[in-house]
Amino acid sequence: MIPLIGIVAGVVAGLFLQPTIPLWLQPYVPIAIVAALDAVIGGLRALGERRFDDRVFVISFLSNVVIAGFMVFLGDQLGVGSQLSTGVVVVLGIRIFANAAAIRRRIFHA
Amino acid sequence: MPEPRTGRALRVVSGLLVAALAYAVTVQVRQDEESDYSTLRGVELVELLKSIDAANQRLGRQIDELTATRNGLQSSNQSSEEATKQARKRAAELAILAGTVAASGPGIQITVSDPQRVVDAALVLDTVEELRDAGAEVIAMNGTARIVAQTYFLDDEDGIRVSGTLVKAPYTIDVIGDAATLEEAATFRGGIVDRFTNRGAAAEVDKRGKITITALADARRPQYSRATSDE
Repeated sequence: MIPLIGIVAGVVAGLFLQPTIPLWLQPYVPIAIVAALDAVIGGLRALGERRFDDRVFVISFLSNVVIAGFMVFLGDQLGVGSQLSTGVVVVLGIRIFANAAAIRRRIFHA
Repeated sequence: MPEPRTGRALRVVSGLLVAALAYAVTVQVRQDEESDYSTLRGVELVELLKSIDAANQRLGRQIDELTATRNGLQSSNQSSEEATKQARKRAAELAILAGTVAASGPGIQITVSDPQRVVDAALVLDTVEELRDAGAEVIAMNGTARIVAQTYFLDDEDGIRVSGTLVKAPYTIDVIGDAATLEEAATFRGGIVDRFTNRGAAAEVDKRGKITITALADARRPQYSRATSDE
């Protein structure tokens, strides 16, 4: 229930406040979103397997976002920002697909 | 398992995190719709700049080519307009010669009364030759028969046939040309008037400031002859 309220509140706030992302944060936001999505999908899978833990979710969410942001930062410093971002997105994408596949197998048995 | 209080707090925190994610996604999507270049990295900007430069050069070349084409077309258009004008002028001149348009201008009118029927085709032809010699440009008889290069004269019982058109006495010959020269050519001793008088007819010459000839000759398409275009 609380997560659903959170989603609605977040979307509404984003639509109505219409903020602009500060320039220094702009390279990190897309990667951070993908990392957070990975955590959310993982949480959904755990929820389906009845072993969801808020503590694990919070920690994985925050660590995912921080590590992803750090990797982008590091890549920018090393001059391989775009390549490293692509790598991070690929890895997170694979994880999201794997988790989504697990959820699918659990729900549809397929 | 943590204590219930801590558990509730964590639940709220995870809800807040999900809210933050939704917020970030919304903001990012909106930002992307604005599609400015502020999110691009330096390397990407350089690539973009390069491709835009290349496109710019290509389009510049295209502009040059098209401008050249346009200039060429404009000048050829102008010269073809000039040619059209010349051709029109020439067509008008030739139409007067061929007798396919009405014409007006200064000239003389010769009136021949022929009560004894002594005027024949040969005399009229002589007259026409004499008038042409004096610079006649347009000649017509009785206002109905235009006399052009192909015109022939035949004697007929009731008068003279001019290219098939019957012309009866009294004859009026309208001539456009230099009025003074024509009058002189008609009236000098042994000239047109004298010739008519010698035959027993009477001819009068009127100088006119403006003669309008509306009689037209049939323009016949040449059946056997073709223009030879010489290089």
